[in-house]
Amino acid sequence: MEIPYNSKPRPDTGLYNAKVGIWLFLASEVMLFGALFSSYIMLRIGAPEGTWPAPGSLLDPIPGAFNTVVLILSSVTVVLAWASLKFKNFKQYRFFQTITIVCALIFMVVKTFEYKDKFSHYEVVLNDEAPHYEGSMPSKGGRFIGKTIVDGHMVSQTEEEVALSVHVHHGHDGHAEHGPHEEHGDHADHADDAHAGHDHDDHASHEGHEEVIEVTVKKEDILHMEAYGPWHSTYLAIYFTMTGLHALHVVGGAFVIFYILVPGAGMWKTDPERYINRVEVSGLFWHLVDLVWIFLFPILYLL
Amino acid sequence: MEATKTDAHHHDTGDHHDHHDAGFWKTYIFSTDHKVIGIQYGITSLLFMLVGFFLIASMRWQLAYPGKAIPVVGKVLEAVLGSEVAPGGVMSAELYNSFGAMHGTIMVFLAVVPLAFAAFGNYVVPLQIGAPDMCFPKINMASFQSFLVGGIVMFVSFFIPGGAAQAGWTSYSPLATVIPTDGQTYWLIGMVLLITSSLLGSVNFIATIIQLRAPGLTWMRMPFFVWAQFVTAFLLLLAFPPLEAAGIMQLMDRVFETSFFLPSGLMVSGQPMDVAGGGSPLLWQHLFWFLGHPEVYVLILPAIGIVCEILVNNTRKPVFGYKTLVYAALCLGFLSFIVWAHHMYLTGMGTKISAFFQTTTMIISIPSVIILTCLFISLWGGSIRFNTPMLFALAFLPMFGLGGLTGLPLGFSFSDIQLHDTYYVIGHFHYVVAPGTIFALIAGIYYWYPKMTGRFMSEFWGRVHFWCSFIFINMVFQPMFAQGMAGMHRRMYDGGVTYAGVADPTTGEIVGIPQKFIEMNSFISIAAWMLAVSQLPFIINFFYSITHGKKVENDNPWDATTLEWQTPTPPPHGNFDKPIEVFRGPYEYSVPGHDVDFIPQNEKLEGDESPVTETEDKPAPAH
Repeated sequence: MEIPYNSKPRPDTGLYNAKVGIWLFLASEVMLFGALFSSYIMLRIGAPEGTWPAPGSLLDPIPGAFNTVVLILSSVTVVLAWASLKFKNFKQYRFFQTITIVCALIFMVVKTFEYKDKFSHYEVVLNDEAPHYEGSMPSKGGRFIGKTIVDGHMVSQTEEEVALSVHVHHGHDGHAEHGPHEEHGDHADHADDAHAGHDHDDHASHEGHEEVIEVTVKKEDILHMEAYGPWHSTYLAIYFTMTGLHALHVVGGAFVIFYILVPGAGMWKTDPERYINRVEVSGLFWHLVDLVWIFLFPILYLL
Repeated sequence: MEATKTDAHHHDTGDHHDHHDAGFWKTYIFSTDHKVIGIQYGITSLLFMLVGFFLIASMRWQLAYPGKAIPVVGKVLEAVLGSEVAPGGVMSAELYNSFGAMHGTIMVFLAVVPLAFAAFGNYVVPLQIGAPDMCFPKINMASFQSFLVGGIVMFVSFFIPGGAAQAGWTSYSPLATVIPTDGQTYWLIGMVLLITSSLLGSVNFIATIIQLRAPGLTWMRMPFFVWAQFVTAFLLLLAFPPLEAAGIMQLMDRVFETSFFLPSGLMVSGQPMDVAGGGSPLLWQHLFWFLGHPEVYVLILPAIGIVCEILVNNTRKPVFGYKTLVYAALCLGFLSFIVWAHHMYLTGMGTKISAFFQTTTMIISIPSVIILTCLFISLWGGSIRFNTPMLFALAFLPMFGLGGLTGLPLGFSFSDIQLHDTYYVIGHFHYVVAPGTIFALIAGIYYWYPKMTGRFMSEFWGRVHFWCSFIFINMVFQPMFAQGMAGMHRRMYDGGVTYAGVADPTTGEIVGIPQKFIEMNSFISIAAWMLAVSQLPFIINFFYSITHGKKVENDNPWDATTLEWQTPTPPPHGNFDKPIEVFRGPYEYSVPGHDVDFIPQNEKLEGDESPVTETEDKPAPAH
């Protein structure tokens, strides 16, 4: 039994079945991510004063921007691959589609490093009896406002103590554009930039210098300690949920493209028209994945 | 279960040579044939409906006779679920909560929607549009498998330590998040699977209706049932994803300890909760009801479609206002996306927002009334055949009307203050869904049964089933309006006994729920159990008639016009044994000058020209 219009378009609608299917599926995807974007807005508007982190203070925009470029490039190659097939140039199609898959892999690798960075980045809240630790600073908001914290990447941990590498900023502290840092700009000898982790673009333009020191905190002085994982704040929760779901889409999309490219390539010989349709449909999905990221990047890294 | 049903099915198909002998697993379990998938959905959802009914029947004992051991069933519950949740056969509060939550979940997501949309839609829609199968048969199979796994996850959650989800079918956070047992996590995983299933199904339905209509079957020649399924599929496609997002977020809250729905300073059992906070409980309600309200129309639209088919067939005259019905259904579909917050008047979201949603809620009643009016007027001047499907279809009209009209006081934010979360809501909602939708679905089973099996169900037992169900279902839900208006809250574990006879401490005047409303509880419960007994003739009839029912004399036993009756009985794989061309609209009954009182859509009369597909009208823009 043959399903009509599997590869040839139906005359009155001008579409073949899979194209109708994928557009409907994409509509549903838009609603899925639309709901998450709406949740982001509602959570951000409703966030208690001072708990939403300033732009760039938790996430370095550079890897994010790099990933944006990578995904846009892959969106171009996915179209070129489809166009190559339309010109019956299978070799060229294979070349472009390989780039697409490599882009997807690069994206995932960068994303993995970003995730790893957050999961090893700790906020250690000191209790009131704790002595002064070098590199400690006041909490910037959330549950532990008013407490002193040490903020840095985990180096090692034993039963008695925790060693963190903390970024400490010495010298004049003139940068006002960096939101949360203003409020304690006078704590010049405390690290105010510890949060940024990588400290990308700003320290070069300011006086003073940054150094990374290792701070060892005794467990008995710790009130609470947690990594900057999804549990840390609603901002990180929505960050991990949205980028995680998006990453699943990247993996799924890349897998489908790979499947059509390698194990499923036999169809190019037996039913080229349907094969081109498959490439087109997977490409449409890939564009959605790209498009979602283009919205994710600014709202999570820049705004 | 499916095997038993379809085995019998197999005997009847034996004489059709195009029935492929693909082996047991491929034919009955992993089938890609839309008809088998429809029957799989049908049997599974009917079984779940029975489970849902069992849950409420047990709960009704606790409501009628609080704290007393449930006869027979209580012993079973104690043995199976453990003596902590059913000590000595008495239903504990935790068990009551999880039965309540799962009754709603199972009935909506595992029984009525899959039966109305997936089962009837799968079986009937491709036949009615003259298609050989669905657009994507493998995706169709994946849809059922995903549904089945989701259903099993839900069902298994009864037997895990702590039992199933307890936070109501709406799963409001923070309550749903802070309950320490795992039931809610199972619920969320089950829901994600069910949503995936419905996504795959709805994509398939819309694509099939757009792409696979037979030549000549233009949009305005489609049977109304197909239109209803078309709109329903759009609702499922676009309304379910936000719930999937919400489900993922609640899962994150439970598994990764995020605070999407947990506000700052949340106290649980007198202790501040050890979470980051900053989340929004209202966000869950918005996302839930963004699905929840369109879901109501997902429940009702296929039912209206079925009723329309049966009504027209048995009045032997064209439906009144076919185009009006179609446009009303489209309006209904669109409007159902902008009424959701009328479930949330009491959340403190603000009077301006309430006013907006109150307005849209009143507007949405207009297309509903138009549909019901068209169906009522269709009866006028008809020479009605009162067979079992027609009785159920006729009962649907006033019952759904009652359900709809009692919704108006709930749609106004001021009267909702009194009625919110009372038994009035239960009465209203169940009038729409139980004697409304479920009656229509039963009508559909009686109506299409001869096509599926080649035999009729017993007419006599059908009538017994109808009259008993009709009487008892009204005895169940009618008193709930009175209880609700007296202020009885819908989630009280003891049926309100604790709050009855509460006296004002200063005057000594009784201000609690009056005793007579408490006494209604046992009346309702007895009626509910009688309603359960009334389903026995149906169940027996259903299975007995597969092999012993009266045989159909031809492929079109109801003298119907639509295309599903132009197939062999039961339809083989690939459906039609002749090419199908459509020449006319769906309901050409009693056409003057014609020798019989119906003209099938594909019957070529003198002067009819073969349709040329290129000139068909373009599909209507989907809202």
